[in-house]
Amino acid sequence: MWFASPDEVRGRLAAVDYLADDGIATSVFLAGALGKPLLAEGPAGVGKTQLAKAVAQATGARLIRLQCYEGLDEARALYEWNYKKQLLRIQADGEAWEDIFSEEFLLERPLLKAIRSDEPTVLLIDETDKADVEVEGLLLEILSDFQVTIPELGTITATRRPYVVLTSNATRELSEALKRRCLYLHLGYPTPERERDIVLAQVPELPGLLAERLARTVATLRGLELKKSPSIAETVDWARTLLALGRTDLDEGVMAATLGVVLKHDSDQSRAAKELGLPRP
Amino acid sequence: MSEPLLDRHVAFVGALREAGLPVSLAEGLDAARALTVIDLAERETLREAYAATLVKRAQHRPGFDALFDLWFPPVISDGPPEPAPDHAARPVLPNETAELRDRLAELLMGDPDDPAFRAFARSMVGRFGRVPAAGNRQSWFSYPVLRALSPQTLIARLLDAMLAERGGVPEALARTQISRNIRKFEEAVVSDVRRRIAEDSGIEKIARTSVPPPIDRVDFLRLTRDELARLRREVHPLARRLATRLTARRKQGRRGRLDVRRTVRASLSTGGVPLTPRLRPRRPHRPELVILCDASGSVAAFSHFTLLLTFALREQFTKVRAFAFVDTVDEITAYFRPGVDVLDAVTRMTEEADIARFGRTDYGHVFTRFAERYADAIGPRTSLLILGDARSNYQAPALDALRRLAGEARHAYWLNPEPRPQWDTGDSLASAYAAIVPMYECRNVAQLAAFVEDLA
Repeated sequence: MWFASPDEVRGRLAAVDYLADDGIATSVFLAGALGKPLLAEGPAGVGKTQLAKAVAQATGARLIRLQCYEGLDEARALYEWNYKKQLLRIQADGEAWEDIFSEEFLLERPLLKAIRSDEPTVLLIDETDKADVEVEGLLLEILSDFQVTIPELGTITATRRPYVVLTSNATRELSEALKRRCLYLHLGYPTPERERDIVLAQVPELPGLLAERLARTVATLRGLELKKSPSIAETVDWARTLLALGRTDLDEGVMAATLGVVLKHDSDQSRAAKELGLPRP
Repeated sequence: MSEPLLDRHVAFVGALREAGLPVSLAEGLDAARALTVIDLAERETLREAYAATLVKRAQHRPGFDALFDLWFPPVISDGPPEPAPDHAARPVLPNETAELRDRLAELLMGDPDDPAFRAFARSMVGRFGRVPAAGNRQSWFSYPVLRALSPQTLIARLLDAMLAERGGVPEALARTQISRNIRKFEEAVVSDVRRRIAEDSGIEKIARTSVPPPIDRVDFLRLTRDELARLRREVHPLARRLATRLTARRKQGRRGRLDVRRTVRASLSTGGVPLTPRLRPRRPHRPELVILCDASGSVAAFSHFTLLLTFALREQFTKVRAFAFVDTVDEITAYFRPGVDVLDAVTRMTEEADIARFGRTDYGHVFTRFAERYADAIGPRTSLLILGDARSNYQAPALDALRRLAGEARHAYWLNPEPRPQWDTGDSLASAYAAIVPMYECRNVAQLAAFVEDLA
C-alpha cells in the first residue's frame, strides 16, 4: 500500500514541495491503490517528471528512470547479454557454453531492475511518446503482468510491484492498448492561485505579492496566441531571475528586460510586448 | 458496491459511450474498482477517479465534466419540482438587480473556486432562469440569468475598483482575471441550468445535447471566434504531432542499403562478428507545395487555419508558396516568413494583398489569372493544393485553365470545407471541378490532419 487516501497524497507530496490538486492527488492515490501505471500527459515543463520524483521522495522509494528516445530497444530498456564477456569466456574455456547464460553475464536495464527490485521502487518511464511504437508493445507486456521472460533464465515475476509513472508530451498519440492499461492524468497549466503557491514553494525567498503578480502575468501571457506558452518551470525561472536581479516589483521595464526567460520565440516576444504595451528593448 | 450505486455507474459509463468517449469494458471495471477504495462522499475525488480511469484524452475532458455534473449533481433541489408561477411572475425590482450585481461584482474579484461562487450562480438560476412553458410546465434557460445580471457590463466597474489607474500591464492582467471569472460564472450557470432540466425531465433527455464535440471535430464553417482562437493555438502542437508521425513513418517505411563502415564499426564490440547490420537511411521525399486558397468571408476561417498549419509544417516540404484569392489572385508567401507572428500575417494578408476586385468569389477568373501570372510556380515536382468551397457566384468556371494547371503539377488536390451533401447545391461547382482535381471533404481539424499526413 502506497498511500491511504488522496488527502494523504496531498500532505506527503506537499512535504516535498510538490503541490497537488484534486486530480493529481486522486490519480496518484489510485495508481498506488489499484496497482496500475499512471500516465501523465501534458505540455513540457508542467511537472510530469517532477511528479514521479516527488512520489519517490515522499514514500522513500528508490527511483529508477527509463529515458525514452527514438531507437530505444529491448537491449537498452530491459536486459542484454554481455557479449564481450561471453566471447572472452568462451575463448578462455571452450567448454563454457552452458555457463555463459547466467546471472554473471546479464546486463540489467531499468525495466528488469525495477521488476527484480526487493525494496519499494518508483519506475519512471520518461517521454514515452519519443520511443518507437515497438517499445509500447514491450511495455504492454511488462506493465500488465509485471513479469519478463528471458528464454535462457525463465520467467521473472515482480516480488513487489513497482509504482510506475509514464510521462508523455503528446507529440504522438500513444496506442489505445497502452492507454487502456494506465490511469490517465492530464497535467495542464495551473490556475494563477495554484501557480503562485507553486512558485512560493520552489522559491520561498520571493515576496508573496511578487509571486502573485508573476502568476497573473504568466496567466495573461498564456491567454495570448503564442507559439509556445510559458511553462511552470519557466515561471519559476522567472521568479529566480527577479530574485537574482534583486527586484521586488515587476514593472513594465523589468518585464520587458526579462521577458526572454519565459518567451523563447522572437515573434512571441513582440506579440506580448504589443498586447501588454511594453517598451521594446 | 451497493445496487443503486452500481446502476448509476453503469448508466454513467453508458452515457459516456453514447457521447462518443471510447470507454472499454476493462476501463469500466477499473472505475468500479476505484470506487471501492475512495471516499464516495468527496465529490471532486469521485470526479477525478472517474476521469483517471475512463478519460484518456484531454479533449474529451470537457464533455466528461458536463456529463459528470448531470449524473452526480452537486446539489439536489429541495422537494419535488413544482411549477411555481407566483415565483416566476414576481416582478424583478430594479434595486434588487442592482444589489445582486453588486454581489456578483464582489465574487468576480475573488477566487472562482470559492464554494460561494457556485452557490451564487445556482441561486441566480433559481431566481431568473425559470421560463414558463406550454401546458403549465416550466423550463430553464441560462440566457435570462445572464441578461438580468449581465456580467460583461461589470468589467469597467471592476477595473476601476481593482486599479488605481487604468492602462498598461496592470489593466491587461486584471482583464485576464475578470474575463476568466466571468467565463467561470457563465459555465456555472449553464451547468446548473442543465442540472435543473435533468431533474425535471430526466437525464437522458439533456445528456445527448449537452456534450460539446471535441475541438478537432467542430466544423470549420461553424467556428465561433473563441473556437477559432483556440484552434489557432493548437496549430503548433498539431504541426509538431504531424511532423513526428511523418518522420517516424519515413524512417520505418523503407530502409536503405547496407552501411558497411558503420556495420564494421559496430562489429568491434562483438569481437569482429557483424551481429547487427547497419543500414543507410533513405533520403526523404519532400514535395514542393503550392497552395491556392479562397480568402473570401465564407471560408476564411478554414483557409487561414490550413495556411497556418502548412506553414508550421514547412520543414516537411522543400518549398511552400501560397496564393490567396477572392476574385483575383495574389501571392502571399512573404507574409508567412519564419518567425513571423501568425495573427499579423493573416491581418496583413487580408489588408495588403491584392485579392479582391468586386469582392465576390469568382473561381473561373482566378484560375485564368493564376495561369497567366504565376504559371512558373507550377512544375513537375509541385503538389497543387486548392482550398475553397467551389462556390463561384454563377460565373464561368474556366475548367480548361484548371485542367492545364492540374496537368502541369505532379499532384493536385482540392479541399472543400463544406459537407459532401451540400456540394453542387446552389452556385457550387464542386462536381465540375472534382472531375479535374480530386476533391476531398475537409470539415474539421481531424479530417485536415488525416489529409496532410497522406500528402507529405
